[in-house]
Amino acid sequence: MPASPVLMQGNEAVAEGAIAAGARFFAGYPITPSTEIAETLARRMPEVGGSFIQMEDEIASIAAVCGASLAGLKALTATSGPGFSLMQEMIGFAEMAQIPCVIVDVMRGGPSTGLPTEPSQGDVMQARWGTHGEHSVIALVPSSVYECYTLTVAAFNLAEQYRTPVIVLSDALIGHMREAVTLPAPGSLRIAERGIPDCAPEDYDTVMSDLDNILPRPPLGSAFRVHVTGLVYNRRSGAPETGDPEVAGDLGRYLREKIYHHRDAIARVEEYEMKDAEVAIFAYGSVARSAKAVVKWARAKGVPVGLVRPITLWPFPTLAVDRMAAQVRTVIVPEMNIKQMSWEVQAAVSGRCKVIDFGRIDGKLITPAQIEELVKAELYYHDWERS
Amino acid sequence: MSALVDEQLLESPPEGDYKLPRITPHKTSEIVPWLRTPKTIWCPGCSNGTITRALIDAILGLELDAEKVVIVAGIGCSGRIAQYLEYSTVHAAHGRALAVATGVKVADPSLHVIVAMGDGDCSAIGGNHFIHAARRNIDLTALIFNNSIYGMTGGQMSPTTHTGDKSTTSLRGNVEAAFDLSELAHAAGATYVARGTAWAYRQLVNVIAGGIAHKGFAAVEAMAACPVYYGRFNLTADPAEFLKGQKKHAVPAGQFEEGESRLRDQYPVGLLHHSERAELVASLARKREQAQEAHHG
Repeated sequence: MPASPVLMQGNEAVAEGAIAAGARFFAGYPITPSTEIAETLARRMPEVGGSFIQMEDEIASIAAVCGASLAGLKALTATSGPGFSLMQEMIGFAEMAQIPCVIVDVMRGGPSTGLPTEPSQGDVMQARWGTHGEHSVIALVPSSVYECYTLTVAAFNLAEQYRTPVIVLSDALIGHMREAVTLPAPGSLRIAERGIPDCAPEDYDTVMSDLDNILPRPPLGSAFRVHVTGLVYNRRSGAPETGDPEVAGDLGRYLREKIYHHRDAIARVEEYEMKDAEVAIFAYGSVARSAKAVVKWARAKGVPVGLVRPITLWPFPTLAVDRMAAQVRTVIVPEMNIKQMSWEVQAAVSGRCKVIDFGRIDGKLITPAQIEELVKAELYYHDWERS
Repeated sequence: MSALVDEQLLESPPEGDYKLPRITPHKTSEIVPWLRTPKTIWCPGCSNGTITRALIDAILGLELDAEKVVIVAGIGCSGRIAQYLEYSTVHAAHGRALAVATGVKVADPSLHVIVAMGDGDCSAIGGNHFIHAARRNIDLTALIFNNSIYGMTGGQMSPTTHTGDKSTTSLRGNVEAAFDLSELAHAAGATYVARGTAWAYRQLVNVIAGGIAHKGFAAVEAMAACPVYYGRFNLTADPAEFLKGQKKHAVPAGQFEEGESRLRDQYPVGLLHHSERAELVASLARKREQAQEAHHG
């Protein structure tokens, strides 16, 4: 029997996705527009045998998530801009110490308290570079309620596979929007489990994780007696070692390459009506919804416009952008910030096509009409009056 | 070591029926297997080694399953304890040890989670986590290495540096008041509060063991000597003299009269507070059972 659609909010879909992914620990602090994730999981976690804890702030929330993950549970937290800023220190700890976990940032207008109830895409670079020091990161951007569910599952899978924190960048629109969704049947989704290293505890120190075989860390409180640290450590033994440049360089390169080396496998992109497109719209998250509406409408008039929608924002989907740059004359990058991703697109296309940015930071959505105007200016020689 | 033990200090009166465990210190050959390395970064004369040994003594004395012992430490001189101990260990970020430990304990209640922090780690950058962990009465043991100064960074004042004390950031004498960490823990809701000194080793072992055995949030303040920074700037750079100073300052809890000047000149040691109230992880488990019953019928 096919599942029937349910009316669901983006934030609820994140919460249900987390449970479907096997998350059994949530720690968080109330903040608009992410609070429904905490509220939903406060109710749901105990029902599925998991734990919800409301911490004293966002710093404690991500710290508790790290602790729970180290103790063996899949764990997440959810927040918005100001809280995301507070979490950056411990996100860096999770990257350094290779702790799988998921951080959901429901983006709102900023900086500071900004526009608490209005959407924004102002945190895309904070997701990339928010914590200090050299690091790699995985960030996913849902553009529908359905994707809030599936990408939260994907985020947990990636976190386990690459032993790293994964960020889900939702926004106030996607988080608060309700859509009729038919959720994937239980059991139909791939769920990555953590596992335990296939070796004796006494051999664990000498087993090295390599780029294609990232070993899980045994949980705290086992015969393995692991040591977890935010200091530079020997990648082989896990022991802190700050006096040897070779050890530091090796770890730094490994942590970067762990993600970068696999970027084409991680990066997911939706290419919509790109076959013969002369102009592409590069849009993500809620803005991609307006962009898609424009593409549909323009295509109905025979105008060759396509959409490139990164689902994985980080690592940056270089392959898809290469394809796009080789094909189109112009890329239009509408986003609810000023040039954060368009700079990245510009760097990636490297002069092969024109890049037009369009930013909006007043808390209001970028409308199809605003994108349409930009497309029309680029494709003025097409017959836009045809019906 | 034994010459420094003052049996009188062991006689802190229990509150109600509660009695501190009495641990017989273990031989060095029994302690050493629980250290990953014979080398530490701690200065000569530092109390951290004594407190580390006392912790191992307490764990051995309570006959805990070593595989279930988890040490979460913060950043600073004391934070290094994590990498030296042969248990499951986490060297977390500065101030965040208690928050990380909260996640560990909630995720796996079967673990004995001991949180090692310095005074600045615990009460400055981590102060918010400290009072909230106490308020929640989560079954963690906070072991606070209180040397009244930031040692790792070279001797800056901390929230436990006494008024008038000198440090590299209070050259003309500290104008701020110091926290009494045990009082702070008690006020915030800790159900076990005890203080020991590096000087009175047996008592230190017993108050740590009492904290670990207690079901609830336990704050154990270990008064530590930092002769290199705090001592040199204020009391004495001689480690033995420093410890003798502790002997002078430490007053058994039962003999300590309220209203006396605290901390700098005199402070109570031993069990300072003990009470029972609902523990967080147990309460969460009860709610989880109710929710699952209602959900699955």
